[in-house]
Amino acid sequence: MESNKNFVLGIYDDEDVLLKAVTKVRESGVKIHEVYSPFPVHGLDEVLGYKRTRLPIAAFLFGLLGTTLALTMQTWMLGFDWPMIIGGKNFASLPPFVPVTFELTVLLSALGMVGTFMIVSDLKPYKKARLMDLRITDDKHVMAIDLAKNKLTIDQIKSIIGDSGATEVNDKKFED
Amino acid sequence: MQVTSSVREPLVTGGKTVHDVTEDICRQVEGKPTKSWMMGMAISLATLGIGTYAVFMLLWEGIGVWGLNKTVGWAWDITNFVWWVGIGHAGTLISAILLLFRQKWRMSINRAAEAMTIFAVICAACFPGLHMGRLWVGFYWALPLPNTWGSLWVNFNSPLLWDVFAISTYFTVSLVFWYIGLIPDFASIRDRATNKISKAVYGALSFGWDGAAKTWMRYESVALILAGLATPLVLSVHTIVSFDFATSVIPGWHTTIFPPYFVAGAIFSGFAMVLTLMLVTRRVFKLEDYITINHIELMNIVIIITGSIVGIAYITEFFIAWYSGVAAEQYAFINRATGPYWWAYWTMMTCNVISPQLFWFKKIRTNIAATFILSIIVNIGMWFERFVIIVTSLHRDYLPSSWAMFYPTFYDVGVYLFTFGLFFTAFLLFAKFFPVINMAEVKSIIKSSSLKSNK
Repeated sequence: MESNKNFVLGIYDDEDVLLKAVTKVRESGVKIHEVYSPFPVHGLDEVLGYKRTRLPIAAFLFGLLGTTLALTMQTWMLGFDWPMIIGGKNFASLPPFVPVTFELTVLLSALGMVGTFMIVSDLKPYKKARLMDLRITDDKHVMAIDLAKNKLTIDQIKSIIGDSGATEVNDKKFED
Repeated sequence: MQVTSSVREPLVTGGKTVHDVTEDICRQVEGKPTKSWMMGMAISLATLGIGTYAVFMLLWEGIGVWGLNKTVGWAWDITNFVWWVGIGHAGTLISAILLLFRQKWRMSINRAAEAMTIFAVICAACFPGLHMGRLWVGFYWALPLPNTWGSLWVNFNSPLLWDVFAISTYFTVSLVFWYIGLIPDFASIRDRATNKISKAVYGALSFGWDGAAKTWMRYESVALILAGLATPLVLSVHTIVSFDFATSVIPGWHTTIFPPYFVAGAIFSGFAMVLTLMLVTRRVFKLEDYITINHIELMNIVIIITGSIVGIAYITEFFIAWYSGVAAEQYAFINRATGPYWWAYWTMMTCNVISPQLFWFKKIRTNIAATFILSIIVNIGMWFERFVIIVTSLHRDYLPSSWAMFYPTFYDVGVYLFTFGLFFTAFLLFAKFFPVINMAEVKSIIKSSSLKSNK
């Protein structure tokens, strides 16, 4: 067994072949580390067994924070800190506060959710990409198998990947 | 499983493969600037230069250099503001609303349309900023910041302040939406880069994107929610802009039809600008296989719909002014059509009501030259619409003793030119250094919607 090779990579040209391959590879007992694609492949998360992301919940909670912040800010500023009669309106009445409340709800929801996405996906400026294959961002789909997390030998894994419709089967070692 | 349709026209022609998409879109980013790009840039920079002088003089001397007077306190400034905000709407409509409706034809045009939104909103924001005269203290008038005048806060009851929040939220959300979409494409350019500078710049911009399935899953969820958030924003922004007028008591402004009418007008003018830009971009960058006649026709259909809504709104306004029985309101509309600014009113009517109806003919809506000319006519018409609403309503209101005319000065025109220079310089830089078409999205439909798959 070549222990210095960390990953076995299956390269696929076609997304439909990839989807079938993922199911087949998982059924044969091989644990897939991750699949990399140049574009979103619908249904891939399901066949990989990923749970639905909770980002919508984050968006909702940040939105709620925006609503609270906007209403509190407006009520405090115009109703308590410096009450002033403008056009005979009440110091703090709800209808004129609706537009700003709506905008801040949307703003905080969007920024909060995107921030959360960046953090959980570990995306940040100047981060060096940990690329399995340069062609991932062009036209190839790559299935990566972490050897350390699988009990099968490298040759067994390579044969399973080769039989699943991969056009190439490669090795990849990361230094880190 | 991908499903192909023999009924629908292909969205990508020329038998492109996934790899071809990368090659075609990255070509203009990686290659040297073309002559036409350099020429465009030179004209844009010259315009920006003249405009910058006008802006400098405006800030130095004050807004007295504009042709405003006691009666007409808003003229080109707010006309241009509303016009530019309107231009921006198509970008968000294409990227957000059409995404929610699963309209795949948006994929070739959304990137450039979103860029247009960002730059148009920046141009729009210049006007409320500059019309305050003293821009440097304007932030305290527009934002709820603690200040040295005691704890005197901004007025949350004012539609002008709602505007500040609406525009800044719209800008921020659009920018984030645009940037999130760009990350995977920056990664594609990064991985093809051959020189150190490109590698470093696109490496920094791509945020370490590696194309993992888990990230794609989250990315799609984020895109969908952002679309859901941006959709009501599209409607709210121009609704709130229309409140600037509708909540006042000036005849011709105090109208409940304004919110939907302004939103339709914004989408109308926005799509016209997208067409103007996309027709040039597809020609210059040879993207005819991605932005097809089918795309152009679909955009023209949106123009017919929104143009017709705008036409109905004009007629409704006139009818309601008559039906209200309010003499001042009735006069405002008679004055628009027959008063000293009759030419502006009839330019608006011709450009916005009559010209888009030509798109009912398939031959015209699938003709590139006709579409290009009509898209410019629509934009001219929409500028006049805002001019008519603002200036003709203000120049003659309740008191005949205060009636006056507005004549633009060099500085009115100059500041408008400034925004044109800014817009086209930014757009040209975007078109050269950023991928103008969303590669990742287009790649995802190659199997189902390309000419190859439909054969």
